[in-house]
Amino acid sequence: MKEAKKTIRNLSLTVVGMCAFSFLLVPIYDVFCEITGLNGKIEGPSVFSSKNIEEEDKREMLIQFVTHNNEFMPWTFKPEITQLTITTGVQQRVMFVFENKTSEDMVGQVIPSVSPGRGAEYFHKTECFCFEQQKLLAGERLELPVVFIVDPNIPLDIGSLSLGYTLFDITDQLSKNQIAAL
Amino acid sequence: MSKATDIIAPGSAATDTHDDHHDHIPKGITRWLFTTNHKDIGTLYLWFAFIMFLVGGAMAMVIRAELFQPGLQIVEPNFFNQMTTVHGLIMVFGAVMPAFTGLANWLIPMMIGAPDMALPRMNNWSFWILPGAFLILLSSLFMEGGGPAFGWTFYAPLSTTYSNDSTGLFVFSVHIMGISSIMGAINVIVTIFNMRAPGMTWMKMPLFVWTWLITAFLLIAVMPVLAGAVTMVLTDKFFGTSFFDAAGGGDPVMFQHIFWFFGHPEVYIMILPAFGIVSHVIETFSRKPIFGYTSMVYALTSIAILSFVVWAHHMFTVGMPLAGELFFMYSTMLIAIPTGVKVFNWVATMFKGSISFETPMLFAIAFVALFTIGGFSGLMLAIVPADFQYHDTYFVVAHFHYVLVPGSLFGIFAGVYYWIPKWTGNMYDETLGKLHFWLSFISVNLTFFPMHFVGLAGMPRRYPDYALQFADFNAMVSVGAFIFGFTQLLLLFIVIKAIRTGKKASHEVWEDTKDWGLEWTLDSPPSYHTFTVQPEVK
Repeated sequence: MKEAKKTIRNLSLTVVGMCAFSFLLVPIYDVFCEITGLNGKIEGPSVFSSKNIEEEDKREMLIQFVTHNNEFMPWTFKPEITQLTITTGVQQRVMFVFENKTSEDMVGQVIPSVSPGRGAEYFHKTECFCFEQQKLLAGERLELPVVFIVDPNIPLDIGSLSLGYTLFDITDQLSKNQIAAL
Repeated sequence: MSKATDIIAPGSAATDTHDDHHDHIPKGITRWLFTTNHKDIGTLYLWFAFIMFLVGGAMAMVIRAELFQPGLQIVEPNFFNQMTTVHGLIMVFGAVMPAFTGLANWLIPMMIGAPDMALPRMNNWSFWILPGAFLILLSSLFMEGGGPAFGWTFYAPLSTTYSNDSTGLFVFSVHIMGISSIMGAINVIVTIFNMRAPGMTWMKMPLFVWTWLITAFLLIAVMPVLAGAVTMVLTDKFFGTSFFDAAGGGDPVMFQHIFWFFGHPEVYIMILPAFGIVSHVIETFSRKPIFGYTSMVYALTSIAILSFVVWAHHMFTVGMPLAGELFFMYSTMLIAIPTGVKVFNWVATMFKGSISFETPMLFAIAFVALFTIGGFSGLMLAIVPADFQYHDTYFVVAHFHYVLVPGSLFGIFAGVYYWIPKWTGNMYDETLGKLHFWLSFISVNLTFFPMHFVGLAGMPRRYPDYALQFADFNAMVSVGAFIFGFTQLLLLFIVIKAIRTGKKASHEVWEDTKDWGLEWTLDSPPSYHTFTVQPEVK
């Protein structure tokens, strides 16, 4: 019976351990995505020097702009043009339109994503509305720019990049004072 | 493999006749409520699984009635979705898994020469919480807005943002099912580790015991992960967390990773014990010991280990990097090797055997043939570029029903026909058994084979309606499903007839079964308490 008790204890510990492991998968997943860049996530503004670019490295490529509203976000959010042929190494500027058609003041946050994910590290944004929270008064309309440059070292098999933006409603997550401060 | 001459079994029909004097079988309902006897609990599990099989089957009938012709005729789309969801949940957690646990309870102690399971009171508890879990799940169908309608895979955000309040009941019932399975699995492992008869070394264990030992380890590893996944769904939906909600920094794709980390081992939990059953049936009716016993054990173990590294083949289309797709494609295809070893061994066992075709053998042979078809369509689905075409079509539905219905379910049928004379002491009606087999065999193929065609042609799964060009095949599928469904009532009749009026069976039941394991050395039916003195295996 002593042997049996030992087996039972080990098995119960395994069950508890696997329960803990299922919750541990959450941070593991985040870290894994961050290290491998799987989600095509791009962080903050980046500095990219266009000084040392050889002219012959430059090439043309297609950039497409996709916008989504998350779940119940009521704003209108769209790019001024849906696609654009650019030259790598040359800075570009594209405008996006935001419109809050509701009768309430709201705050939104845009999260960017580049597809294919491998291209994310070659896509440099020097100015973007996605770096900040956007506050729109009831009925307000805004046009905001994205300024970007694509690194000419981008692998040749990537013929085009999609820049996806998802707009989230974060009004409820902020306090009145925070909203007023924006 | 234990050979006949090696077994000395006190308490067997041959050596001990006064066992009956010790049998004090409690009477009435309390016998079943308070029982700690492995045979009683096995019986309870098997009857419960059969009732759930009929309930889940009735839902399948609703699904097929609606899909008999294009357009919406019988049920609302929301109710259709509830039927597909609850049909899946009931068949997985209510029918196949409890049926295997019932077989384990009946057979493992008798096969390893133990007087009972190691933890008999926990055994009682792990059965008796199950009916409650399924009452909760089924009652959620009567809530306002209906029961769960997000598919048995409960993908977020369908189960979080877009589900109704019955999700709470769904989560609670899955928790209870998980606790029941974990307790059952602990019981099986402790029994096998500590209560084998002297001389029964690991490599002399019957294959059914081996398959259940591996299954129990899979259960212990992944049922807690399922519990974690449903808990995260619960807190996301009701308590404002954001595990799977992008607005709060979560990721819905992560749900699929966690779910299928549980889900893929789960599909092997539902097939491995069937591997064990058909191994015993095939060796008995081929009158040859199983070919390649050792390779069977190693194949089994490799399948179980590989099952932990293939989960993302269920989600090739979520947007994975190429390296990930290749890894999961190759690791999935690797599983075909140990599975191929098993199929080869079954065929090699039959090769030049002196085969007779009693009902259990018919089901076992059909298992080998049709499970292999399911395995092949699984290989097709493992090919990433092909999977982009097949994903979420009826081809997938055809694939997993081929491995679950003529796979797991036929394995269970084979086991029930094979051991029912041992359990009840009475033979079943062979003519009716064969009728049950042939009706099931023909209708199961009529039901699931055409699904391959409509799937390849692009019919998506989980819709109550479909495009006109799929109408003929769907009518065939529905007719097959109705025949298959009603044929199973015949099984109920056969079992009741065997219990009440069946011909007496000998303790060997089948020809020369004393070669095939300790359970055949016992009386038919075995006395209430068996192997109170452990037999010796040499």
